[in-house]
Amino acid sequence: MTIHQLSVFLENTSGTLVQVLQQLKKANVQLVAITIADTAEYGILRIVCAEPLRACEELKKAGIAVAVSDVFALELDNKPGCAADVVELFSKVGISITYVYTFLYGGKGILVFRTDNTELACKTIVENNLPYISEESLAQWA
Amino acid sequence: MIWNPNKECMSRDEMSALQGKRLHKIVEYVYHNVPFYRNKLQEMDIRPDDIQTIEDIKKLPFTTKKDLRDNYPFGLQAAPQSEIIRVHASSGTTGNPTIVGYTRKDVGVWSECMARCLTSYGITRDDIFSVAYGYGLFTGGLGAHYGVEHLGASVIPAGTGNTEKHLKLIRDLGITGIACTPSYALYLAETMDKLGIKKEDLKLRSGAFGAEPWTESMRKEIEERLGLKGYNLYGLSEIMGPCVSYECQEQHGSHICEDHFYPEVINPVTLEPLPNGQSGELVFTTLTKEGMPLLRYRTRDLCSLMTGQCNCGRTAIRMSRIEGRSDDMLIIRGINVFPSQVESVVLSMPEFAPRYMLIVDRVNNLDTLQVQVELRQEYFTATFDTPAAIDDLEKRLAAKLKSVLSISAKVQLKAPGTLERSQGKSAHIIDKRKL
Repeated sequence: MTIHQLSVFLENTSGTLVQVLQQLKKANVQLVAITIADTAEYGILRIVCAEPLRACEELKKAGIAVAVSDVFALELDNKPGCAADVVELFSKVGISITYVYTFLYGGKGILVFRTDNTELACKTIVENNLPYISEESLAQWA
Repeated sequence: MIWNPNKECMSRDEMSALQGKRLHKIVEYVYHNVPFYRNKLQEMDIRPDDIQTIEDIKKLPFTTKKDLRDNYPFGLQAAPQSEIIRVHASSGTTGNPTIVGYTRKDVGVWSECMARCLTSYGITRDDIFSVAYGYGLFTGGLGAHYGVEHLGASVIPAGTGNTEKHLKLIRDLGITGIACTPSYALYLAETMDKLGIKKEDLKLRSGAFGAEPWTESMRKEIEERLGLKGYNLYGLSEIMGPCVSYECQEQHGSHICEDHFYPEVINPVTLEPLPNGQSGELVFTTLTKEGMPLLRYRTRDLCSLMTGQCNCGRTAIRMSRIEGRSDDMLIIRGINVFPSQVESVVLSMPEFAPRYMLIVDRVNNLDTLQVQVELRQEYFTATFDTPAAIDDLEKRLAAKLKSVLSISAKVQLKAPGTLERSQGKSAHIIDKRKL
């Protein structure tokens, strides 16, 4: 029910982001979304892409600090209030969300989040019949 | 195996007698050939005949790195230029480099002492031995090279460049021994991982590591990743180069070639000699050197001396690991800080690569210490996908540093492979304070 997201440690100096992106380009990896959680000294680049495991290996070979995290990606209608309603479902059952970001794809809003309570999150998704993106459907986006 | 049992296993009385005789000769030699020493000895009202036994060494003046710089380039050379067959220059980060000239006999003594080291590491004429110290002005490459040739093993003069080709040779030629800096050994291990070469593919079994301080945990890591036994090799160009002391199979201190290099440990502040077992600054007197003999040269390396016969059979005095440098010592907010303390903390946490950089600055009249460490790629896992988790890792390191150093340091994480690897002596400190 989760998808693989790449998390990359980046120093806050010029050239570090482009180095990662160039490696992915060289490996012909199709990006779907990227976002950076930044601090004063470093950032964590989060990447959703087709073939994340292959992309991870390619980055590792280049000596880059990269890890694979399991995150949920829900498909929402692109209308006001949809995100609020979905997040509330998780909040009500006591799930805390570690981080969240969204992007648009094919007219739909995609909400990506990570939680430490994966089991309860899965249960909530099934019970509410929420449309989610699977690893397989992600591969088809490429 | 012992290369020269006559010297390495000599009785203590015989050794002292030999050292006393050689000390008298070397003092007489510098008195007549080096104006710098003649002036110093005359100022102190010492004649060569006043020096008869090794105990008399306490009467002699010290020599410092500054003396070498002040007498640049050849001021302390005792032999005429026609007798000098090789010149090395030490890495002078400030001012003039230190120039050291060797006569043919000096190069012979060097090779002999280096052969003692290699034999102690289990190397024989049947081995193929790669020298991966820098060749050139640095003494590491050529010094080790001549020792391997003298011993009769096959030497591969690999140097420090082109690591991938070097690894190919280590594998394809079945190289069994290697000499390099500990940080280069780890760089080799990283390159092996990158190329998919496993330690089982290699025949390496013995490594001579030196030219920079390293720790037991670094040794364990090198041994584990390269599949060999790692030995300490100590030396300094002012005295000779690599070969001054070496570990035996017991690995309980390094035996000093004390028939050629007489060691003392002194209090770096009062300059008083310290009893064996106490830590202080290591001082060497060259007993046989012709090119540039030195009396009581202050190495700035901190260690202690150990006496007593070693289980390996050698009687030669041993020195402990280098605990730090008396001139590396930083005074930060009035507290003495040795980079080796930082190193031991960094090495105790597997999340970090065994490298660090200290940056000292003064902001609003207050000293600041920043410790840069490198994340180890294989320890960067999904747990670290939030800044909170990384901050927590930084905090754990900062807390450990504080408990060891007694001052707080700011930790800065660097990406894997971004801190500089040294191919000679490490440079771990940037002091930006303008005092």
